Amino acid sequence: MPELTAEVERLSLVIEIGGMPVRVNTTDPAFRTMLEDRYAGFVGSSQPPEIDFDIDLTPPSSNDPDADVCVTRSASRWRFERGDFRAEWDPSSRRGWIRQSANPYSIDAVLRIVHTLVLARQGGMLLHSASVIRNGRAFLFAGVSGAGKTTISRLAPPDATLLTDEISYVRRNAGKQGGYVAFGTPFTGELAKLGENVAAPVAALYLLKHGTQNRIDPVPPGEAARSLLANLLFFAEDEQLVQAAFHAAFEFVSQVPISRLTFVPDSRVWELIR
Amino acid sequence: MSRLFVARNPRVAARSLDGEMMIMSGRDSTLFTLNRTATILWQAADGRTPLDEIVQTRICAEFDVTPAEALQDAETLARDLASHEILQVSEQPIQSTSLPSEGSR
Repeated sequence: MPELTAEVERLSLVIEIGGMPVRVNTTDPAFRTMLEDRYAGFVGSSQPPEIDFDIDLTPPSSNDPDADVCVTRSASRWRFERGDFRAEWDPSSRRGWIRQSANPYSIDAVLRIVHTLVLARQGGMLLHSASVIRNGRAFLFAGVSGAGKTTISRLAPPDATLLTDEISYVRRNAGKQGGYVAFGTPFTGELAKLGENVAAPVAALYLLKHGTQNRIDPVPPGEAARSLLANLLFFAEDEQLVQAAFHAAFEFVSQVPISRLTFVPDSRVWELIR
Repeated sequence: MSRLFVARNPRVAARSLDGEMMIMSGRDSTLFTLNRTATILWQAADGRTPLDEIVQTRICAEFDVTPAEALQDAETLARDLASHEILQVSEQPIQSTSLPSEGSR
């Protein structure tokens, strides 16, 4: 008599961003291949996964990926919801699930959300900023859409390593020297080029501004804090985590030099950044 | 006329940086920057000291203003901050064990 049930093969892939391995499990080989391509350079880890997501693929829908994301917590469980996906994650069991169609954008959003939640508790953050390593130090360039993140990334000299042109990944440095470390991310902006999966200590953060000359000006601490908070990626409707993210931003301002970088769109601006 | 008591709302996060007091609502992440008078009020809002005493000892000491005028302005300000859930306002002393302070976590 034939078996009435058959075990479905589970295909896994570990995506490691910012030193945090996340394993995603799917039963769809084509989707796994899509993720491998999407996160090239960030696939695999020597560490065991810190989070496991089972992906439940649904038929394509016309649900809006531009809808507002909703991130809430009930007891120990987080729930993420947007037009194009639903997900849950339980930090205590390190497991969760994602229900979405076979596209790379939904899981990308889930990964961003999970990383912001984990980082907020550790004093780290995701920032709307480009970041680049030069001479062994990371420089961050923050600004809203149109401020010049992609432009400054595109103008970077050959000796610079692009970490991201869109979303920077910043962790507190666990070592004695303190400070912060910026990691490469696969989160891209208009440049559509994945960052390198490397990291370096953060040397400075620049608030970008287009202008008629290249110059760096000091920014008062209060303005620096407000600008940093305005560029934080944060989704959770959760008082404790909001407070943690708020204080993390002030810690960052107290430790990292923040200046305004006014620049004209040519490569000479990089003469100021070393 | 009854006395008012004001207390910092423990559900907000607050930091003072270079003389600027910034407060974020834990509920909806709205960021507020307090002016000098609001900062004095926030710092003195321990739930036990009556508002008129705060006005007398802290606000009138710093600004050239009559106590009556300052108290009226302070009441308006306190109620405005309460409407944003930054302060709690009551006609009774406010008990709280976890008032946020500058730079507190």
